[in-house]
Amino acid sequence: MVRVEITERGISLKTFAEKFMKLIFLISACASIIAVALICIFLFSNGFRTMSKIGIWDFLTGTIWQPSQEIFGILPMIIGSIYVTAGAIIIGVPIGLLCAIFMAKFCPKWLYRFLKPATNLMAGIPSIVYGFFGLVVIVRLMQNYLFVGKSVLAASIMLGIMILPTIISVSEAAIRAVPESYYEGSLALGATHERSVFFTTLPAAKSGVMAGIILGIGRAIGEALAVNMVAGNQPIIPDSIFSGVRTLTSNIVLEMGYAADLHREVLIATGVVLFVFILIINILFSLIKKGDK
Amino acid sequence: MEAINISTPRQKWNSLKKRPASLILFLAVWVAAIIVSAIILIIVGYVLIKGIPHLKPSLFEWEYTTKNVSMMPAIINTVSMTFLSLIMSVPIGIFSAIYLVEYAKTGSRFVKFIRTTTETLTGIPSIVYGQFGFLIFVIACGFKNSMLSGALTLSIMILPSIMRTTEEALLSVPTTFREGSFGLGAGRLRTVFRVVLPSAVPGILSGIILAIGRIVGETAALIYTSGTVAGIPKDIFSSGRTLSVHMYALTSEGLYMNEAYATAVVILAVVLIINTISEILAKKMSAKKG
Repeated sequence: MVRVEITERGISLKTFAEKFMKLIFLISACASIIAVALICIFLFSNGFRTMSKIGIWDFLTGTIWQPSQEIFGILPMIIGSIYVTAGAIIIGVPIGLLCAIFMAKFCPKWLYRFLKPATNLMAGIPSIVYGFFGLVVIVRLMQNYLFVGKSVLAASIMLGIMILPTIISVSEAAIRAVPESYYEGSLALGATHERSVFFTTLPAAKSGVMAGIILGIGRAIGEALAVNMVAGNQPIIPDSIFSGVRTLTSNIVLEMGYAADLHREVLIATGVVLFVFILIINILFSLIKKGDK
Repeated sequence: MEAINISTPRQKWNSLKKRPASLILFLAVWVAAIIVSAIILIIVGYVLIKGIPHLKPSLFEWEYTTKNVSMMPAIINTVSMTFLSLIMSVPIGIFSAIYLVEYAKTGSRFVKFIRTTTETLTGIPSIVYGQFGFLIFVIACGFKNSMLSGALTLSIMILPSIMRTTEEALLSVPTTFREGSFGLGAGRLRTVFRVVLPSAVPGILSGIILAIGRIVGETAALIYTSGTVAGIPKDIFSSGRTLSVHMYALTSEGLYMNEAYATAVVILAVVLIINTISEILAKKMSAKKG
């Protein structure tokens, strides 16, 4: 038998170390709470002070943006953000979803070995590279064939490409998580492979697919630099998909560099509006996830 | 019945011809996959073809001048920015994951609350991080536009992803490991550091590498925190631009498009390396689990 000899001091040191490190772990765990609290306090206090200074209603529904005259209406940017995000969804969701279905249920093994790393690479490409590509390829092609350059359409196409990897990877995982028995049951009833996948597996993966789409929307609405490079940035409500547009994000990027005083505070308030959009999207996301369980 | 027994492409084709709806769906998924592959090939191919001829040795000289917009200072700044952000974020991220997995009761209110906050952090767009970093670090703390302000901002930005991947890595360590360690008389702390953490290393590393990818690619959060000065800063309280910010500056000035292409090639190469390493590590982790 081994004699365990623990001195009084030994025990207390050991329990002290245990307790101390537990405290350290606990404090670290609170770091994210502190970060969110700081972000909310700093942004909201600044933002709401500014909004009340210039009038929340004037700020949110004003259609004229003239910082030099101290006229700050961000409705064109709100609408611009909604337009390009909607465009990105229209372009990115069908392609992304179909590609996810392909990768989960149709893809031959040799192709999957190329396609999976390729979509991962696409997810890793920084937005500045996408923006650059959008500027030198998409905008130029549109100038040559449609005679319009930077526009809602250019921004939508580029954002649609940028949200593809998010939609593909989340939807693919959701489709793969559906029990194989659903698919087999459908086959047994005489349906073709395609019919089984689209009408039994896909509906069962609905909430996962929705979650992927919402993540994609979050990425599209929050994207700043890439959009800034291809959208044209006129602060007016676009009247067609070929006219230039300024989003909430590109409004910040464009003017934050030189803005001072009230103008800068207004830009931070613009960020707050964007933040509220994202929070709404996040809440939708967690509701969908809850519905899943 | 046919659907199950189809073996050759010809048989498949014959069965599809009889069912136009299935045929359309079949074509649709293939077309989508081809479009996605084409997009990837075009983006990567275009950048490489346009960029590689401009990758001159002079672009890697130590000094940045307006005649020779060398990217070497930006590369060095990227490395130091990555290092600075990681030394702040990795310990906190790992420690909080340890608390959530090893100490806290699973499903408790506190854990749920932290999960909500990390999800919120994940969703915040990088430009909003930039504004926040500008308000708190540049103005309130008085760090001005500096590497430190940038790194602090980025460390908050990458915290949730490090926490999440570490949590998953810790959860994938079998409970029997812990029980064995406890059975031998080790305390919780010793168990965590000697038994659980070492087995979770590949998973944690793959998370850190993904975070590096995010730091390297980040622009919007850095323009107004670490600034756009092109040289190598003398200390962490001076401004310096990373590779992505460098590329943004070159593109928006519009004078150095060729150099911007070359920078894009370097960034793509870094992303590719990072992706490959993290995939290898992730595979290692799942092999262990299996």
